[in-house]
Amino acid sequence: MNLCQAVQNSIDLTLANDHTSIAFGEDVAFGGVFRCTVDLRQKYGADRVFNTPLSEQGIVGFGIGCAVAGATAIAEIQFADYIFPAYDQIVNEASKYRYRSGNLFDCGRLTIRAPWGAVGHGGLYHSQSPEAQFLHTPGIKVVIPRGAIQAKGLLLSCIKDDNPCIFFEPKILYRSAKENVPIKDYTIPLSKAEVLTEGTDITMVTWGTQVHVLHEVVQMAAKENISCELIDLRTIVPWDVDTVCKSVVKTGKLLISHEAPITGGVGAEIAATVMKECFLNLEAPIERICGYDVHPIPHTYETFYIPSKWKCFDGVKRLMAY
Amino acid sequence: MLTRRVLHRLFRCAVGQINKRQQSTQQNLLISGHINAPLTNKLQFLFPKDRPIIPVYRVLETDGHVIDETQTPSFSDEQIVKMYKDMTLLSTMDELLYQSQRQGRISFYMTNYGEEATHVGSAAALDPNDLVYGQYREAGVLMYRGFQLDDFMNQCFGNLKASCKGIQMPVHYGSKKLNFVTISSTLATQMPQAVGSAYAYKRAQNMLCVICYFGEGASSEGDAHAALNFSATLEAPVLFFCRNNGYAISTSATEQYRGDGVASRGPGYGIAAIRVDGNDLFAVYNATKAARDMAVNEMRPVLIEAMTYRVGHHSTSDDSSAYRSIDEVRIRDKRDNPISRFRKYMTLRGCWNEEKEEEWVKESKRSVMESFTRCEKIKRASPATIFENVFDKVEPHLQRQMKEMNEHIKLHHDHFPWTQYESM
Repeated sequence: MNLCQAVQNSIDLTLANDHTSIAFGEDVAFGGVFRCTVDLRQKYGADRVFNTPLSEQGIVGFGIGCAVAGATAIAEIQFADYIFPAYDQIVNEASKYRYRSGNLFDCGRLTIRAPWGAVGHGGLYHSQSPEAQFLHTPGIKVVIPRGAIQAKGLLLSCIKDDNPCIFFEPKILYRSAKENVPIKDYTIPLSKAEVLTEGTDITMVTWGTQVHVLHEVVQMAAKENISCELIDLRTIVPWDVDTVCKSVVKTGKLLISHEAPITGGVGAEIAATVMKECFLNLEAPIERICGYDVHPIPHTYETFYIPSKWKCFDGVKRLMAY
Repeated sequence: MLTRRVLHRLFRCAVGQINKRQQSTQQNLLISGHINAPLTNKLQFLFPKDRPIIPVYRVLETDGHVIDETQTPSFSDEQIVKMYKDMTLLSTMDELLYQSQRQGRISFYMTNYGEEATHVGSAAALDPNDLVYGQYREAGVLMYRGFQLDDFMNQCFGNLKASCKGIQMPVHYGSKKLNFVTISSTLATQMPQAVGSAYAYKRAQNMLCVICYFGEGASSEGDAHAALNFSATLEAPVLFFCRNNGYAISTSATEQYRGDGVASRGPGYGIAAIRVDGNDLFAVYNATKAARDMAVNEMRPVLIEAMTYRVGHHSTSDDSSAYRSIDEVRIRDKRDNPISRFRKYMTLRGCWNEEKEEEWVKESKRSVMESFTRCEKIKRASPATIFENVFDKVEPHLQRQMKEMNEHIKLHHDHFPWTQYESM
């Protein structure tokens, strides 16, 4: 399965095993603009897989209400770039539901999913990776998979997690690389980063599409006898501080990379925390290889904007040379 | 040069063409969606002034007389008295708690003066298991359902017995037992949520509905539009109950909208709508009951606009004399108060009199005072409460932060007012 099919499969399994579950959003009924909900309406019925009117604030508000009333709600926002009309419902409502009611009410059964990140030609409104805008919101979980196997396990975890979750799906990965995704229902734990390659010289932390970019950088570095430990963060918030710090204690050098603009990005949070927890272990200033502080992503200039393997490798060399 | 005959023939030919174009050969036009509209060749706009103003449904005159006996809902004397007591107890509690804020004993309060009938009349028409989403001025719904004086007061004091243990400001009530979703300060956010819950109820086939209260001010929010639209397209059994009380803090209704209030928007969304006299408990009851039947039996949303008046200030942070005359308020309230109207009805009906009124005034004041004294003594919950319920479990980073807070507290123990709190 590719990532898109893995997402479809996760929703399929949920609809099959949880009779309260429903999937909805703009254009979800015919299969979705990325075909992540294809065939589900025929299989499970129009009352469970349906289109909503064109309103993100409505979609998320509606989803919250479904969850409050005991239904598992899988809400699709067509592009992460369009999640902002729902920002109030997410930040002031969903994230606070349990806290403000003293646990009388909650919307833990809500999962919001949205296509995310650079796609080559998305311009300003089909390329955004807004995870930092939600990192700062207590009470929600934000999860980003790097591939099909991860996507299925993580999405199923989000759906089953008793907190409102936002699942960002790297759209550029939807149809690329098929993986041998297990057919059965399985989950991958949230808030657990994964060490993909072990190394001793540099810790690299990233998520989503950028994991594949850093994989290449790991190989480029290996050719120069630099041993890199690559970590896929997977859950952006609450994030796995222990795994990252354990690695930095070992290597003494950290490189964080993300597509989103550098200022106030998730990398800033990781850098500040690692600086505090691992100050005496650090042998060099923490490198953040990210997008520039311009709007992501200017259409014909994408190659210049993105934190490419060359930019990342330059960061590796700076770390080693410090 | 053209001869007269040729010109005449040309003219007739041209006129013939024009005549043919005066009528379309088609009768109706099926346009996208389900609009099956007649064609017209008249360039004509719809002007708001040409639409009839939606009438206000009323059962009781302001002097307590029933206009049409067939419209009187069938309540027993006990039920009538209960509803009256709910309204008046609310009002008495409002007076005390408003004053207590002035005295610095609670931090904030919002009264319900003038809108008591909108709360109790509608609450009485619902099934106790119908889910209620409120805005913040619906305490009478809770009162009707059985929220105790102590429950109201504990929440206002923010003590350890409060439904939210002091996490929120006063009047942000919630009750799982009474199916009243905890209030949040953001306006209209509850509206699309109410639709979602109603949709879940539809799927669960539990014969319940959801009611969503909001003010005419909140109806301007984007969430209100989204909610109405979703409820209609998704055919959700939800009652939208608009308390049109004339003001959104200082903004009068004439500045809030230009159309015929909120009810007029219903048909625009494909939603059945009604406008009622919000100060007439029976009118509110009848309309809510009929709306509920429609919602549950026909799986459709209904919009009720209850015309009323916000007699009190917006909150203890507001002094409405800054934007409306005290006379206006006094005259409005004297002319038409939901509680006195109902009391007049009760007196005519014979189930209430001056003696009972005197006794009840004393009793309600006493129980409100006793509850206040009792609840004021209850301590606040332990500060560890801060870290609870952010997520379903206390996540590792929050455990770390709680530890930090505890260490700070140990070092600076005397900086904190420990007598007010339950120990850690």
